[in-house]
Amino acid sequence: MTVTTIDGHQIHVDAEGFLTDNQEWDDKLATALAAAIGIELTEAHWKAIRFLREDYARQGETATIRRVSTVGGIPIKELFVLFPQKPAKKMAYVAGLPKPHGCV
Amino acid sequence: MTTTETMPTFVPQFDTDVSKRKLAIICSKGTLDMAYPGLVLANAALGEGIETHLFFTFWGFEMINKKTMHDLKFTLLGNPATHMPQGLGGLPWMTAMATSKLKKSIADVGVPEVPEFLEQIVASGGHLWACRMSADMNHLTKEDLYDEVEGIISAADFIDKTEGAQLLFI
Repeated sequence: MTVTTIDGHQIHVDAEGFLTDNQEWDDKLATALAAAIGIELTEAHWKAIRFLREDYARQGETATIRRVSTVGGIPIKELFVLFPQKPAKKMAYVAGLPKPHGCV
Repeated sequence: MTTTETMPTFVPQFDTDVSKRKLAIICSKGTLDMAYPGLVLANAALGEGIETHLFFTFWGFEMINKKTMHDLKFTLLGNPATHMPQGLGGLPWMTAMATSKLKKSIADVGVPEVPEFLEQIVASGGHLWACRMSADMNHLTKEDLYDEVEGIISAADFIDKTEGAQLLFI
C-alpha cells in the first residue's frame, strides 16, 4: 500500500496510482486528480464521473466505456474527447475507483 | 503484515509512449464465434489509446457485408471444442440453435452484436478496411459494405498503412 499526496490531499493508492479507499474521495480531490493527469473538469466531465460513482455504488464494479455510453447515456466519441486516449482508466482514476475489469 | 510506503506525488502515467503503438488486425473468418476475438481486441486497444486498423478479407467480409453482418452463424460442425457429437451438428436447425445460444451468452456479458460493436469501434477511433481481392471476387462495391468502412484497399495498401504496427491474423 502506498500513501501519496496530490495537491495537499493525502490518499491511499494501489501500485498504479488508483485510489484504494473510496471514503477519501470528494469533489475537491476529483478536481486535483484530474489536474494531475492534465484534465480540467467541466460539467460534461462531472456527468461521467457522477455516473461512474453511482454505478459503482450499485454494481460494485467500475463501469466500462460501453456501460458509460449505453447506461450512462454519454456517447463514446464524447468520452474520448473528455478523457483523451484512455477514457475508461482516466475516468475511473478521477472518480476514485479501481480501473474497470470488464473486457468490453 | 502490510507495509505502507509514502511517496510524495504518485500519479499514473497514462500518456507515456501511447502514441508509438499501432495495432493491425486481419479478420478472415465469417463465423459468429470468430468475429469476436478481433472486435474485442480492437476495442481494448482503442481504449488504451492505440491506433487500430481492422482489415476484412475472405470470409471476414461477412462481418462488414450489409447483407450478412447482422446474421453471422455459429456451428458445432468441425468444432470439437463444443464437446457435442459431430453428427448432431448436421441436424436441421442445429446451427440456428447453437447461434442463438451463443448470441445469448455474448449478450449476457454485455457485449454488443457485430454491427453495434463495429459502430463502437469506429466511435472509439478505429479504422475499418475491406480487402480489394475479396470485394472483386464477390462482385461487391463500397455500397454493399457497412457505411463506416473507409475504403476497399489492396493488400499492399494495407501493409503500407500499418507500417510499424503489431499484427494479428484471425
